Amino acid sequence: MNASAPNPYGVSVQVRGLRKSFDGQEVLKGIDLEVRPGEIFVIMGPSGSGKSVLLKHIIGLDPPDDGEILINGESIQTPEIASKYRLALVFQSGALLNSLTVGENVGLYLTEHRLKSPEEISKIVSEKLEAVGLKDVADKMPNELSGGMKKRVAIARALVIEPQLILYDEPTSELDPLSAVVIGEEILKLKNEIHVTSIVVSHDRELAFGVADRIAVINDGRIVTIGTPDEVKKTSDPLVQRFLNADFKRDPPKPKAYEKFT
Amino acid sequence: MFENIGEIVLLFWRTLLALPLVWRQRQKVFEQFFEIGNASLLMVCILSFFIGGVLALQTGPLLTEKSLGSYLGGIVGYSICRELAPIMMSILIAGRIGSAMAAEIGSMRVYQEIDALRTMNINPIHYLVLPRLVAMAFALPMLVIVAILVGWFGGAVVAEGNNHIGLSFQAFYFSLRQFVESKDVANGIFKTFCFALIIAVVSCHQGLMTIGGPRGIGRSVTKAVVNSIVLIVIFDYVLTRVLMLFNK
Repeated sequence: MNASAPNPYGVSVQVRGLRKSFDGQEVLKGIDLEVRPGEIFVIMGPSGSGKSVLLKHIIGLDPPDDGEILINGESIQTPEIASKYRLALVFQSGALLNSLTVGENVGLYLTEHRLKSPEEISKIVSEKLEAVGLKDVADKMPNELSGGMKKRVAIARALVIEPQLILYDEPTSELDPLSAVVIGEEILKLKNEIHVTSIVVSHDRELAFGVADRIAVINDGRIVTIGTPDEVKKTSDPLVQRFLNADFKRDPPKPKAYEKFT
Repeated sequence: MFENIGEIVLLFWRTLLALPLVWRQRQKVFEQFFEIGNASLLMVCILSFFIGGVLALQTGPLLTEKSLGSYLGGIVGYSICRELAPIMMSILIAGRIGSAMAAEIGSMRVYQEIDALRTMNINPIHYLVLPRLVAMAFALPMLVIVAILVGWFGGAVVAEGNNHIGLSFQAFYFSLRQFVESKDVANGIFKTFCFALIIAVVSCHQGLMTIGGPRGIGRSVTKAVVNSIVLIVIFDYVLTRVLMLFNK
C-alpha cells in the first residue's frame, strides 16, 4: 500500500446477483450493476430500500449471502484487495474517532500504516483540510464540529488515502443547502482532478442530478432503473416518477376521515 | 454460550499473534497503562488496607485467645498475597476498567468508528485490543503488588492498634516472614496476570460484539463485567489447583 503513489484512474466495480438477508428478511434481492472507472454513480431510492447495505457490501464491510462484488475484476472478499486498491467510505455520520483530534483523524491512515513522517503527515492533513474548506480545526475534537464540518473532515480523511474508489453514504443528509452544494462540488472536483470512481448513495435529488454520470434507482432491494440523469428522468416507471416528482402541496387533499365529519 | 467462548478464544489467539506489533502501538499501551493505574491506584490502596485490617480483626482476637497470636502475621500475609489481593483487585478492575473498555469499544462499534478503521485497512484487533491487553497484563499485577503491601500494612496496623490483639509491628512482620515465602507472592501475581488477560479479552470481545444503540452498549458493559467475574472465580479455582501441584 502506497498512499503517495499517483492515482491515474479509478477502479471499476461490478456487482453480480447480490443477495443479503438479516434475520430472515431479505434486504438485497439480487442486485446487478456495473460502475465504470472514473465515473460518478449515484444510487437513489427511498429510505429502507437497501442503499446503505449495498454500499457496505461494495466496500467489503459485510459479506454477501449470495453473489459477488468485483473491484477491477477481483472479488472484494479477497484478503489482498485492501492492500492492492485504495478504497474509502465517507460515512453518513462521518464516523470520526471521537477520542482523536480532527488532525489525528485525518492523518490516521498515514500514521497507522507509517507511510510518512509526523511532519509530512501534519502538512498533508493541513492540505486536505484546506481542500475541503476547513482551516484551523486540526486541533479540535470531533464533538466541537457541526454536522457539515464533520462530513467535510470525513471527506478529508478519505482524500488522504488518495482513493481509487470513494463511496459516500448520504453525503448531504442533515446539511443546509449551501453546505450540500459545497459537498457536491467536492465530489465533482475529485472526479475531475484525480479521476476517482465515486459511488454516492443519496435520496437528495438535487445532488444526484447535479453530480451523477449515471444513476440507479433502487427500491425494496432491487434495481428499478439505471441510466444517465436524462434517461432516469424520462423513465416511465411509476415508482421512479413518484420518487423524482414528490413535492409538498400547500393544499393537500383532505383525509377521508375528515370529510366524513364535515 | 459455546459460540461466545470460541469467539473469545479466537480473539485472544489473534491478539497474541499481533504481539510483535506491540512496539508500534506503544503510545496507546502507555495511555491505557496510565488510565488503568491512575483510575484505580487510590481505590486499590483503600480496599486492600481495609481487607488486611478486617482479616486481622476477625482472626486476631480468636488466635490471641487460643495463645496463637504470633501466627496472625502469617495468616494475614498468606491469605492476602495468595488469594485476597489477586481476586479482589481483579474484580475491582473488571468493574472499573473492564466496563470502561467494553463501553468505549462498544460505542465505537455502534457509531461505525470500527467500520471506519476497517475501511482504512486498520485492523481493530491491532489498534484497539492489543494495547489494552498488554497494558492490562502489566498494570494489574503491579496494582496487586501494591495491594499486597498495603494489605499487609493494614493488617499490621489493626494487629497493633486493637486492644484484643495487641501484636506489635515487629512481631507481625516476624510472623509474616516466617510463613510467607516469595513463591507465595509469585503465585498470587501469576494468577493476577491470568485474570488480567481474562478481563481485557472478555471486555474487548463484548465491546466488539455490541449491536444496537445505547441500550446495546449498556448490555455489553454488564455482560463484560459479569462474564469477567464469573471467569475469574472459575479460573481462580483451576489455577490454584494447578499451582498446588507445582508447589508440592
